[in-house]
Amino acid sequence: MKTSVKTLRLENNIIAKASGEFHGGIYPPENKQQSMTLPVGSLPIPDELIFPLNQHMGAPAEPIVSVGDNVLGGQKIAEAVGMFSATIHASSSGTVSAIEERILPHPSGMSGLCIVIQTDGKHQHIDFQTCDDYLEQEPTELIEKIREAGVTGLGGAGFPTAVKLKPPANDIINTLILNGTECEPYITADHSLMLYHAEEVIASAKLLSHILGNPEHVLIGVEDNKSDAIQALASALKNSAMNNIQIMTFPTKYPSGGEKQLIQLLTGKEVPSGAIPASLGIVMQNVGTAVAAYRAVALGQPLTSRITTLVGEALTTQRNYQVLLGTPIEFALQQAGFDASNNERLIMGGPMMGFTLKELTTPIIKSTNCIIAPSKKELPSPPPAQECIRCGLCSEVCPVSLLPQQLYWYAKAEDYERAQNYNLFDCIECGACSYVCSSNIPLVQYYRATKGSIRQQEQEKIKSDHARQRFEFRQRRFAKAEAEKIAKREARKKAAAKAKQLQAEKLARNPEANKDSTPKCDPVTEAIARVKAKENDPAAQQARLERSINSAKNRMTKLQEKLANAEHDKKNPISAQIKQVEVRLQNAEKQLAEFTSSEVVDDKPTIQDAASSAIEKAKANTAALANMSEKEKLEKQLTSLKQRLKKAHQRLADAEQENNEHLDAFKNSVTKLEQKLKDTQTQLSASTKADKYGLN
Amino acid sequence: MGLINASSPHTHHQRNTADMMQLVIIATTPGFVALSYLFGWGTLINVIIAAIATLASEAFVLKLRNRRVAFYLKDNSALVTAVLLGLALPPYAPWWIVVIGAATAIILAKQLYGGMGLNPFNPAMIAYVVLLISFPIEMTRWISPVNLNTDGQLPSLIETLSAVFNHSSIIDAYTGATPLDVFKNHSGLLVEQIHHQEPLFNHSVFVSVGWEWINLAFLAGGLFLLQQRIFTWHAPVSMLVALTLMSILFYDSGSSTSGGTPLMHLLSGGTMLGAFFIVTDPVSSAVSNKGRIIYGAGIGILIYIIRVWGNYPDAVAFAVLLMNFAAPFIDYYTLPRTYGHTKAESATRRKD
Repeated sequence: MKTSVKTLRLENNIIAKASGEFHGGIYPPENKQQSMTLPVGSLPIPDELIFPLNQHMGAPAEPIVSVGDNVLGGQKIAEAVGMFSATIHASSSGTVSAIEERILPHPSGMSGLCIVIQTDGKHQHIDFQTCDDYLEQEPTELIEKIREAGVTGLGGAGFPTAVKLKPPANDIINTLILNGTECEPYITADHSLMLYHAEEVIASAKLLSHILGNPEHVLIGVEDNKSDAIQALASALKNSAMNNIQIMTFPTKYPSGGEKQLIQLLTGKEVPSGAIPASLGIVMQNVGTAVAAYRAVALGQPLTSRITTLVGEALTTQRNYQVLLGTPIEFALQQAGFDASNNERLIMGGPMMGFTLKELTTPIIKSTNCIIAPSKKELPSPPPAQECIRCGLCSEVCPVSLLPQQLYWYAKAEDYERAQNYNLFDCIECGACSYVCSSNIPLVQYYRATKGSIRQQEQEKIKSDHARQRFEFRQRRFAKAEAEKIAKREARKKAAAKAKQLQAEKLARNPEANKDSTPKCDPVTEAIARVKAKENDPAAQQARLERSINSAKNRMTKLQEKLANAEHDKKNPISAQIKQVEVRLQNAEKQLAEFTSSEVVDDKPTIQDAASSAIEKAKANTAALANMSEKEKLEKQLTSLKQRLKKAHQRLADAEQENNEHLDAFKNSVTKLEQKLKDTQTQLSASTKADKYGLN
Repeated sequence: MGLINASSPHTHHQRNTADMMQLVIIATTPGFVALSYLFGWGTLINVIIAAIATLASEAFVLKLRNRRVAFYLKDNSALVTAVLLGLALPPYAPWWIVVIGAATAIILAKQLYGGMGLNPFNPAMIAYVVLLISFPIEMTRWISPVNLNTDGQLPSLIETLSAVFNHSSIIDAYTGATPLDVFKNHSGLLVEQIHHQEPLFNHSVFVSVGWEWINLAFLAGGLFLLQQRIFTWHAPVSMLVALTLMSILFYDSGSSTSGGTPLMHLLSGGTMLGAFFIVTDPVSSAVSNKGRIIYGAGIGILIYIIRVWGNYPDAVAFAVLLMNFAAPFIDYYTLPRTYGHTKAESATRRKD
């Protein structure tokens, strides 16, 4: 049935063999014939259509309908939010029954907001605006149409097509590649599209070429296991006027359809690590995506349906279907005769890179190219993993020349730095290494987890760097404030020390003159002393008392006037007030009388006063002492002791004369002082000696 | 309904580690046949004792480590160690030599490091070196190949068993030197003279009686494994090329200080067993193809150095162990160039 590519006529350069090659690759069983025995079928309209708002890469769309609204097929129900987003259209007519969280067709099994439409079975749709002269229109206008139609990559990742068609301005596009490789086993959606809609594929190549400014090369890459599709494309191409389009074939090998691998196959170039193909002047689109873009522009049809392969031995009918987007998977599988009892897992996508579905209720979305419902025997779970023996089969098949066995080692050890040095982030997760692993190690799973951890760590690092910077700034600020405080304190201390020293010097020079003066170094004590002095000043006290008596008298006259004028009912409170003022006045007068009489009697400082002033002086002296050298201190101490002794002697003599009751205390202090004086003298002599020998 | 949740890929190639190990054992058959033909029952007895001892040691340690004994024994890796050790030891070695070797290989060189896949050294070679250093007499007592024995006779099975288990001296009648021994002990003569004088050389087809066939048989087994894609050509070819180049470089036109002919080095001693069954051990070798070329070349050079200037007539085990040490280091600097990168980078580079 199949003709080999070698027998294809390579006429007019329409079909060419790709000259490039990529490292590694594997040859898994293709399993493509079972879904290609029948042409593309169609499914009835399900009762319910589910449209997840983020079925594309980028920001989720914003619903523009509300529950209860009637919608038509092709009507926009959700608007793109920003550049990296895509609009969503209803795929059939009906009523919006809910906008709610539903489980998404996503590897994580997470749920997300979906618009749910209860269909009416009439399948009415809006009028589509066809357009014939699109090749005359401006590219930006056409890109806008494609964006408006919600076209995203149908091959898997769901990248918004309009974004991809607008490459960075400084990248000059010289090559457009349509990817019809479909290298994953089982999937035949693109194969059917190329086989049955070859004209549209060629027309879409024309359209995209126009949008990209007619690049030099327009290539359609198809693996040589799809010879019928290659033939169909070739004849469609011959009938078209396009002569710069070339169909490129290459040997079937997984993963030829990977963007980077196909570029290497067709152009021999490698996309630099971390860059996009546009940096090489290349734009690649999946054939399905290209046709969707063509239909959006030429037929005015938004993306509301696609070809999906339903395959696997748990189905009675294995074939491709043109399915309405939003169709629940369970409904689609039932139409294909799904035998749930013979099925353990459902795969969305291919067996190499697809993911398992957790719920049958999830819908078919824009990127659903295949659903595999294998029988229990068809794709058995791998046996338990053994230790890696570093046989190196994985590095033999790696299409990007990594060392998967080493990546596994470092991933397992959570040595993220090494893993990155082994270029973990160049891994395309094609699964070739896991496929050949003789120890059945789920390598790709390790890489995904490690990539996730590294990304998370980087995010956290950014966050913690930020926090650390803030913290350090705060610390610096605090340290600065603290330093300023300390400097101020130091300055004050120095000033105080200086003042004390001055005082001490003064004292040393003229001890008699300063006998009773309080130390001048402390402004606080001075201030307090001043206030006290003021309070104790008899003249001021008398004046104060007289003032309060005057004011009380004034108030009294005022109140009496008020009482005279007041009404009867308000007289009581006023007379109470008068009584209060009277009491106050009496108090003040009494105080004044007491004050004037005591003034004469109490004029001499008491013994206690003398004692407190002596304490004050001692305090000041010790404070000054703290700032001197040992020897100076001792000397100072000595002089002060001598003075004190002298004074004590004098006081003792006075006391003896007066026969004072504190006589004993005075005697005591004299002996104490004598003792202290003696001690200090010995200390001083020792200190001078030590000084001589340079010991101090 | 409970759907299985699994990570991609969902399909797998059906060749597992146990099968690969089994293929390695099968590939030793030609070498085993050649050894048995030339030296008699001794090799078979060696292999059987080694197999029992390794499996017992492995089971014992797995039990101690609370691992599933059957699951790990089924990976055939202990059996491969046993076969390689049995083939490398001199036939008719006392049974306890084999048992000590097997236990050393499994317990010391393999399980103490964590078992299969985690041993930095080749277990069979560790065992070989431990035995060679501990029991030099037993380990260097080879018998003459069958066609050099006076009556073309080999020890019978009974004689073999009594030699192995009873330490009888029957075997003494059959003992003879190996070609590398002979060559080393005639250092005063020209290469030409040694080859003329010594029956071990002058009775041969290519270079050395018996040993040339043993090496060719192991070469055949190795080519089979290469065809089966069990390993890549890089390490063995690079080792053989390095050994050849060294022997050409120091051939010294066959003078009395010559290291010997390249052919003698390639087809004597453990060269081919080493090249295709020891050097290719993936666990203890370098990982990248570039790394394996360096690793193999290192072994080839070291074999020559130790054979010619060292104290031991053969040196595969020492050379392999020395390069096992170097393998992780080689790995750091022999990364392949990844797609989209301008050049190969080292694994120890710092970011930015």
